[in-house]
Parts: sequence; C-alpha cells; structure tokens
Amino acid sequence: MTSTATESTLFRFATAGSVDDGKSTLVGRLLHDSKAILADQLESVARTSAERGFGGEPGAIDFALLTDGLRAEREQGITIDVAYRYFSTGRRSFILADCPGHVQYTRNMVTGAATADAVIVLIDARKGVLEQTRRHLAVVQLLRVPHVIVAVNKIDLLDYAEAAFAPVAAEVTALTRELGLPEAHVIPVSALAGDNIVERSANTPWYQGPSLLELLETLTSLDELESELEALRMPVQLVIRPQGAVAHDVDDPEQFRDYRAFAGRIASGTVRLGDEVQVFPGGATTTVVGIDAGSARLEAASAPQSVSLRLADELDAARGAVIAASGSLPVARREFEASVFQLDPRPLTPGARVLVKTGTSTVQALVTSIDGRRDLTTLGLDPADRLEANDIGQVSLKLSAELPLEAYADHRRAGAFLVIHPQDGATLAAAIVTRPVA
Amino acid sequence: MSETTSVRVEPADTPTPAGRSLSALDALESEAIHIIREVVAEFERPVLLFSGGKDSVVVLHLAAKAFWPARVPFPVLHVDTGHNFPEVIAFRDETVARLGIRLEVASVQDYLDDGRLQERADGTRNPLQTQPLLDAIAAGRHDAVFGGARRDEDKARAKERIISLRDEFGQWDPRNQRPELWDLYNGRHTVGQHVRAFPISNWTELDVWRYLEREQIALPPLYFAHEREVYLRDGMWRAVSDVSPARADEVIESRTVRYRTVGDMSCTGAVESDAASVADVVREVATSTLTERGATRADDRISEAAMEDRKKDGYF
Repeated sequence: MTSTATESTLFRFATAGSVDDGKSTLVGRLLHDSKAILADQLESVARTSAERGFGGEPGAIDFALLTDGLRAEREQGITIDVAYRYFSTGRRSFILADCPGHVQYTRNMVTGAATADAVIVLIDARKGVLEQTRRHLAVVQLLRVPHVIVAVNKIDLLDYAEAAFAPVAAEVTALTRELGLPEAHVIPVSALAGDNIVERSANTPWYQGPSLLELLETLTSLDELESELEALRMPVQLVIRPQGAVAHDVDDPEQFRDYRAFAGRIASGTVRLGDEVQVFPGGATTTVVGIDAGSARLEAASAPQSVSLRLADELDAARGAVIAASGSLPVARREFEASVFQLDPRPLTPGARVLVKTGTSTVQALVTSIDGRRDLTTLGLDPADRLEANDIGQVSLKLSAELPLEAYADHRRAGAFLVIHPQDGATLAAAIVTRPVA
Repeated sequence: MSETTSVRVEPADTPTPAGRSLSALDALESEAIHIIREVVAEFERPVLLFSGGKDSVVVLHLAAKAFWPARVPFPVLHVDTGHNFPEVIAFRDETVARLGIRLEVASVQDYLDDGRLQERADGTRNPLQTQPLLDAIAAGRHDAVFGGARRDEDKARAKERIISLRDEFGQWDPRNQRPELWDLYNGRHTVGQHVRAFPISNWTELDVWRYLEREQIALPPLYFAHEREVYLRDGMWRAVSDVSPARADEVIESRTVRYRTVGDMSCTGAVESDAASVADVVREVATSTLTERGATRADDRISEAAMEDRKKDGYF
C-alpha cells in the first residue's frame, strides 16, 4: 500500500438541517456543481421536476429529487433514511451522508455523523438559529465530530446583505461556545443560486472566507488527526492460519506451513516492524515481526489500515483480543457510564438485559440504571427512568465479561459501542463510553 | 494541511510525516477487507455472488487479499440466467479453477425447463433470477451473501446498509433498516433470515477501475474495445446473439464497442468505445457524462423505482 501526495484522500461528511431549510437543494447543488451528476441523472430529474410542476422559472430543477432514493420519499417529498453520495475533486474523494432533518432526526443524524470528519448544519438565514439547530449541534458535540460547518442558506432572499448574515453568524458562534464545540466555519450561501458552494460568490464581497467546497477540500480528516496522535490499538478480527489451504499464488507452501497472523483493522495509532506490543486480555508483551497486507510486507501501518500482524511469540489470542502499544494496554472494564442515543421504538429501561458490541467483541450486559435524559437545548441532564426513541441519555452498564472499553474522548473506536436486542438482534441504541467505572 | 479553526490543533513545529494520510483507494480497500473479515468471523456459511462482472471480481480479489496466504474461505455462487455472455462464463470458470474455490450455480434455465418459472413477454430474464437465488441461498444454508453492489449505482442502493438483513422471503425492507454506526456491523439474525454484505458499498465506478488498474486484475475481454455485430435498440447497442436477435426493422452493423456493465445479453447494452486497456477505460470513465446503469441497462429504465422494487423482492 502506498500513498503519494498526488493521490486523493477520503473525506466523510454529513449534512443536517431542519425541514425546508434547503438541505436537499444544497446537496444537489454540491453534486451538480462539482460535476458528480451525470447527464442521464440530470435528465431524469429534470423530467420529473417538470412532471411535478416544480416551482420557479421554466426548466428549474428540483435538486431534492437527486437524493430522495425511495419511492415513498419521492411521493411524499420527504427524506426518510440516510443516503450516501459520492463525488470527488482532484484533491479529495468525498463520501456524503445526507441525513434527513425531521423524521427520527436523532437516529439519522447519529448514523450519519458517527464517522464524519465534518458536519454541515444548515440554517435558513431568514430564521436564524432554531431549536433544531441546537439539537443538531448538540449531537455533533456529543459525537466529537472534529469540524462544524454552518451554512447560512437563502442569503439571496435577503439581497446578499451582510447585515442579515452577521447576526446569525454571531448567534452561531455564541451557541458553539455554549455547547463546548470547536469554532464553527460559518458560510453565507444560496444553495438554489449556487453562491459560495463551489466558487466564492461575487454577490457576497463582504465574505472573506472559503467556499463550502474549498473548506471541505482542506479540513483535516479524523484519521489524519488520529493516526499519529493516539497509541496503537488493533482489535483482532480473526487469526489467519493457512495450514493446508494456501492461496493459489503462494509459490512455496512449505514456507507458510506455520504462518500465523492476527488480522484486523488498526483502530488508532501506528505500528512499525520491531515495535513492542501488549495483547489484551492478559497483557503479554511481544514484538511485531511482520506487517502483512495481502502478499505485501510493510514496514509500518496506521489507522485505518487493514493488516495482518505476525508476532514473535506464540500467544493464545483470538477474535476479541486487542493488540496495543506496549505500556498503553487498555484496562479491563466491567462497569462504565455511557451516553446513549436511543434508536429503537422500544424504550430502554433499568434492568434491561442487552448485548454490547464493541470492536470485535459482543458480550451480554445489564442496564443497571438510567441516569438522566439530555435536554438538547442546554445539554443539561434531566431526571428520567427510561429512554424513548430519539432520546439521548446517560446510562450505567455492567458487562458479563471484561472488555477493553475506554472513554470515547480518548479513543474514539475503543469507546463506541452498539446496544443490541438479545433475541431479535435489533440495534437498540448507539452509545459512547463517558466514564469507565470498574 | 490548512488548519484554520479546528479543535485539535497540531503543534506548529511538528512536521507532518510524509504519506501519513492514506490514499482514498487504500482507505476504501482497508474498509472492504475489514468488512469481509467481519462477515467471515461472525457467520457460519458465507458465499460470494460472483458473476464475472468487474464488481464481483474486485470483491473476490479483496477476499483473496484479506486472507492471504490462506485460501479464500468461502465458495462463490453464480445465478446463471442462460443468457450470459459465453466469454463471461469462460472467465468465471477459469477464475474459480485458478483460485481453487468452489462454484455453486443456480440455473434460471432449469426453472424454466421444469415450469417453476415462465419466460417473460419482454424476454428479459433479469427479474427471474430472484427465485433461483433465494433457493440456492437456502440450499447452501448460507447465512451471509457477499455482493459487489455499490451505492453510487442507483438511488435505492444509496440507502442500502453495508450489512443488510433479509427476512425469510429474502425481502429488503428499506424503511426498517438497522442504523449502521462507526465500523460496528450488526449481523445478528434469526433462523431463516440471512444478511447481504456489500464490502464495496462506498466505491464509485471510477474507484473500481482505478483499483483494477493498480492491482492488475484480470477481467472478461468484453469490458474492452472489440468489434461486434450490434443493432440499435432504445438508444443502446445490443449484441446480436441467439437470445437477443435483431428485429426485422433493426439494422445490424459492425461497431467497435465495449461493455461498462456485464449482465444478460438480452438487456445489457454496449457503448461505442476505443478503450482497449484498463488505463484507457479509467480515462474514459473519468470523463463519461452518463452513469453506467443509465448507459447500459434496459431493465433500470423501466421506472424510477425499478431497482427498489427488485431489491424488495430479494434481488441482489
């Protein structure tokens, strides 16, 4: 695996906004203006726009039709589920998670934002910060999305006046400070007219910042931030031992008779040949003698690469083990507190028996208490004895077996988990560890 | 790296190590390998839907890489409509023989011969694949079925999960999908259910071609420019064959064409192209103004929801 400065990198972002603030139009505009929409798709959308009598001047295109993929969505003019879109520029390949704003917004937002490098929150310039804006930003804060972009839309309807934009920008800045978010990038845009989406607009000479696309091209991605800053963690997915069944392109099967490697995706940090590592559980120390990616032998690998690690000593490790940098072995945990994003319509209550899935482990767990429900306008905690769908709450859990769970704030991938129904297998909630207890 | 107002600002005097960020293609490859390994670790009897088309070829290559130096630990399944291009069937057989893996075949022709299915009036067999596919999944007791579907192919596929649950009837319920977060995939299922797993969900057509080029992966010859007897129907060049004859009013001519997708002879169109190598195709796809399905699939032109409807019934 190689990577050179000339190759594009991957950047994941999510869009969120309230009903009618033009999110689908923004997404359609971004895809259209970055030439990600091809002629036959445009033709199909133009045809449907005309059939449905889309407003505006003749030939106007309802960009929302590009992203609403399900029949029910097109018929009802709403977006039901997160949709993924792809486009690229010379510098970056983008994966866009388009999150619907109103129906089950927490569920969709959490899904879209969980892996996002950036979230774009839309605000209607005429309305300013709404209740919904606060809620979206609260989710962004809890998930620790590294970059927040606030697109103040429909600036064209306010004659591109700086006087209309400035108070909204100030309101956003105050809110991000209040919620403990990183400073937001606030951009005046018109999704309908295309101002400041790809090119900086001549209509807003008072705005000195980058266009939306320029910003997306230059922000640092999560993996860029995390691969060097955090200690090595690699949850073991499975052990590769070819024994008799070697691949067809192995020249000398004898050489691989005793091959044994731990396959996994590096969750954080970097591993180099010769590094001393420790293996959870148990904490045995050994040395990395091989980093394989297919038949290629690597000198080093970083998150989020998938590799197979060969270790100097024969260790009794299997799926669920975690290979960590020596001296940074995660602590075995059975009890912890977590922020829970309730997704399932069945409420989560104290005493519930569930499954917890994190890394490459799934264990039984008990909800020992519901410690409160977040008020998403203030982020404060209100008393609650259950969490309903789309609630975000604080919960204490006890596990049936020890896991290497860490605070999400310290190790994103080691602190995120799913809460699963033990019988029907439904994903009940997504959660992040806020405090390991015991 | 422009760092304007981000949270975690790196110290200014720390030089950025060269090549620290993974290329987009490497990141996609790592994600796909992670997914393939998760499915193999958590399911009893996975199988890969393998048509010999470029997307399933890429998934098979990724699987080989994921387990190297061990052999790919699952068989492949092909739904043979009886209308496949002979070159693709030959490629399929050659590939499984080379890799030493088992091939399961579900034959639409068998179903037509014994009356379990009837030929459609329009002659296309694409929608007829669903029943043989579901029967083969049940017969093989496969609890996980890998596919090469990509979200950029179609609007309905854009809403598909990477690990997607199918009920006892093989149906997809788009309004009741499990949320999928981080890289934690919930594949729990009950008896009779299975999951479809799409490791290259996040790849675009261009990513696939760039990867084929980088990894020097072999493909059936019809992906590259060749002379073929064709006729024009519904704005697409159709191959002349026993199962897709030209009508009396359609003019047969010889053209230099290639296929962007490989489906049935009866519903897959060729595009005029001089792209003779993978590098040529990469250039062509990068500048194309039509989507691959729009350009080449008659079956997806039926309606805006053609793919959604077929997927709900258990299609790939």
